[in-house]
Amino acid sequence: MTSQTSGSPTSQIVRFAGDSGDGIQLQGAQFTHASALSGHDLATFPDFPAEIRAPAGTRFGVSAFQIQFGSNRVTTPGDAPDVLVAFNPAALVVNLPRLPKGALIIADASAFTEQRLRRADLDANPMEDGSLADYRVCAIDIAQLTLEAVKPFGLGTKDSQRCKNFWALGLVLWMFDQPREPTVAWIRARFRANQALLDANLAALNAGHAYGETAELGRELTQRHVPEAPLKAIEYRTITGAEALALGIVAAGELADTEVMFCSYPITPASSLLHHLVGLEDAGVTTYQAEDEIAAVCSAIGASYAGKFGITSSSGPGIALKTEALGLAVATELPLLVVNSQRAGPSTGMPTKTEQSDLYQAVYGRNADSPIPVIAARSPGDCFEVAIEASRIALRHMTPVILLTDGYIANASELWPLPDIDAFAPIPTNRPGPADTPESRPVYARDPATEARLWLAPGDSAYLYRVGGIEKDFYTGDISYEAANHQRMTDMRARKLARVADFIPDQTVELGDEMGLAVVAWGSTYGAVYQAVRLAREEGIAVAHIHLRHINPLPSNLGELLGRYDTVLVPELNTGQLATVLRDRLLINCVQINQVSGQPFAVSTLLNHLRAHATVRLQEVRHG
Amino acid sequence: MAEAIVRKDYASDQEVRWCPGCGDYSILKAVHRALADAGADPHNTVFVSGIGCSSRLPYYVNTYGFHTIHGRAPTIATGVKLANPALDVWVITGDGDGLSIGGNHLLHALRRNIDLNILLFNNEIYGLTKGQYSPTSREGTRSPTSPGGSLDQPVVPGLFAVGAGATFIARAVDIDQKGLPGILNAGRDHKGTAFIEILQNCIVYNEDVWQSVSSKKTAADHQVLCVHGEPLLFGKERTQGLRLNLATLKLEAVTLGENGIDISDILVHDETSTTLAHLLLSMHSPLPTPMGIIHRRPTASFEQAFREKKTGQRRQRVKQLLRRGDLLDRR
Repeated sequence: MTSQTSGSPTSQIVRFAGDSGDGIQLQGAQFTHASALSGHDLATFPDFPAEIRAPAGTRFGVSAFQIQFGSNRVTTPGDAPDVLVAFNPAALVVNLPRLPKGALIIADASAFTEQRLRRADLDANPMEDGSLADYRVCAIDIAQLTLEAVKPFGLGTKDSQRCKNFWALGLVLWMFDQPREPTVAWIRARFRANQALLDANLAALNAGHAYGETAELGRELTQRHVPEAPLKAIEYRTITGAEALALGIVAAGELADTEVMFCSYPITPASSLLHHLVGLEDAGVTTYQAEDEIAAVCSAIGASYAGKFGITSSSGPGIALKTEALGLAVATELPLLVVNSQRAGPSTGMPTKTEQSDLYQAVYGRNADSPIPVIAARSPGDCFEVAIEASRIALRHMTPVILLTDGYIANASELWPLPDIDAFAPIPTNRPGPADTPESRPVYARDPATEARLWLAPGDSAYLYRVGGIEKDFYTGDISYEAANHQRMTDMRARKLARVADFIPDQTVELGDEMGLAVVAWGSTYGAVYQAVRLAREEGIAVAHIHLRHINPLPSNLGELLGRYDTVLVPELNTGQLATVLRDRLLINCVQINQVSGQPFAVSTLLNHLRAHATVRLQEVRHG
Repeated sequence: MAEAIVRKDYASDQEVRWCPGCGDYSILKAVHRALADAGADPHNTVFVSGIGCSSRLPYYVNTYGFHTIHGRAPTIATGVKLANPALDVWVITGDGDGLSIGGNHLLHALRRNIDLNILLFNNEIYGLTKGQYSPTSREGTRSPTSPGGSLDQPVVPGLFAVGAGATFIARAVDIDQKGLPGILNAGRDHKGTAFIEILQNCIVYNEDVWQSVSSKKTAADHQVLCVHGEPLLFGKERTQGLRLNLATLKLEAVTLGENGIDISDILVHDETSTTLAHLLLSMHSPLPTPMGIIHRRPTASFEQAFREKKTGQRRQRVKQLLRRGDLLDRR
């Protein structure tokens, strides 16, 4: 996919790797900004351990950040890095299997000491034993050169060494002809209270850049200029999924003319959403850090009962704890948004690794018949629209809604065309109007289109009402244990979910025609599936990409659409959860492609599956 | 409600479904009375409850109400109060709901000091699940799940509240129609979380567990009414009192006129002292049970700091946020 020759490749994949305390993620984020400002399309993948500062030099402590940027459409961080920047032996060996032959390795030579080789469980030095023969290696004493560059500022050894990420960043920025200005601005803002650190980090950045310009590095390190992407929109910024989701929540509140109360309890990888929403009271969002997951969802329900839009957020284990309260929100018919940033499980699992394995939990995972709409984001930027769409369903239908995202989307970033909030339709709510009274519009007089009841809040002087988790009378809302009423209420709750489908758009085909193979996917596999299908089509395989946003209920036309294909392939980062839902709801046959490694799909993995299925089909045609 | 509001105006149209003779009836009556005495606006009043016999109460009060899930009433009430600080929010819970499954939330509600009026009905037993021992059941309580007598050491609700940093702790008896409404309204008036333990009689599963403090015959000898600024006296003739034993750092009962004891030896109640609250709540038989407002200290409640900043320029602010960061401008 990428050109290995220097000059003007269409896209490049760069991976930064080092200890989890080396500032790898920061380096990656800064490079991302520079790349965006250079006019590249891009996608990133932060891949880090759960430990905050894992023991230095160990293999399990390696933190990495990968970016693909280019002049064509980029939807994944790429399979195989063109360039690996490795700050220590562990970072090198852990990432070596990802590198294609001929890839460039920029390694901090000063880190390959006997002691640090031992920390990485290496008996021999890979820089010397010939194991890197297939790669182009550029060994630079980064730590040593950084120390020299920052010497004038009188920092201690530790602080001086910590500047090495900016030294390396300077070098890589030079290599790809990308601007230093955004990083310079960031350093000035970040270290404004400490002149010595500010000067030292700037000096390190500039020294790395100058090293590229002046050093005699020969053929290993040459400048590569990636041309700008032909972008259609006018203004862009880079955005992570967590940030886009936060902005989507802010926008949804404004579109609904409703104050938002976001109640959450810290959990990886969902906490960043809370971080992004804190301090936005002037944009209509208050945040509340509760004592636990249950308190978080319950305070959000309390807020919704009191007339604000309650939102809670967590990851799978936390959603499990919230489950009983979700039943209460179903029974009491209150709007509630529940965000699940999925991670690898079961139990604590691998908190910083991604997975799509909470789909069953979202669709089926509650006691009793308690249907909840489920909607999924496919990319970092998509989180913005999905948050608005999920809020719209919750407020329009008076129901909890589960929004599925995952650790990959939450942390990854992409280039994002700035949305125009004025172009979004206002979100209707079910609040009583000023002239409504309990007689003219009873609390449980339902909207026939949505089954929504009135959204009444304490403080309303025209009404008084009490509600709870006990089954209520369909008409009056009073406690009812009557058999026929429970049937009527259960039917109504099922109908309420089904009615959502009347408001969601028909499923479209992302790429390809309505024949041959259909790849039906959801969530964060979007980018990889899109590229695999695109490449397969270039090879002449008749394959289409269909990507679901709405999972419960499914779009009304989905069954008919999928019926036009010979084979439906369902790739997922779980053991086949969407495939089960499709079989359950549409009675169709699906072929599963599953990977549960904590890593996103590689495009090549999916492409190989598509090729295999295309071959099988050809044989079937011949023999049939 | 332009006309004078009377107690019955606060009764809802729902049929009350507690066992005949349950202490909850008298508590409900006292709640109606308290609301009438306070002239509470039903439209600005919310009762939030968990699960259990006590938690049915919101259905019977003609205000806004939310019957939630087991143990979580403080969290939902927190959401309600933070969403609309103008509301008068009451929490109805029991010893099982509040101190067993919901103990964590009670702890955090109390330490956060949100302006809630929490009423914990303590009958030392699980009623709605048919009589199992609860976290406040006395050691040795025989029940369907503890036929040989319970082994657990019970929690003292008031001491738990002291430990959680509560700024208002009171105790009353269910049938005390004279005293209870006043205590409920003292809790209502308190800025911050008010914690009111109501000793409630479960006529079916734990009858008369509070008899010594609730019966007219014995109450005077078995309870000491705490009134700020007044000596802690008790007994029919108010001849007994509490004194701090400096050697044991515990309270002890003494009799006026005996061994040279006079009124100056008797501790004067200081409701602002957490130390005294701790000492009073640590007393057990044969010392009297402290009743009334045991602890109250003026504070700022949580939601006063939890204010929203409204600018009236919300859409502009949203647009500004969308543009935050480095922009690539293609013009």
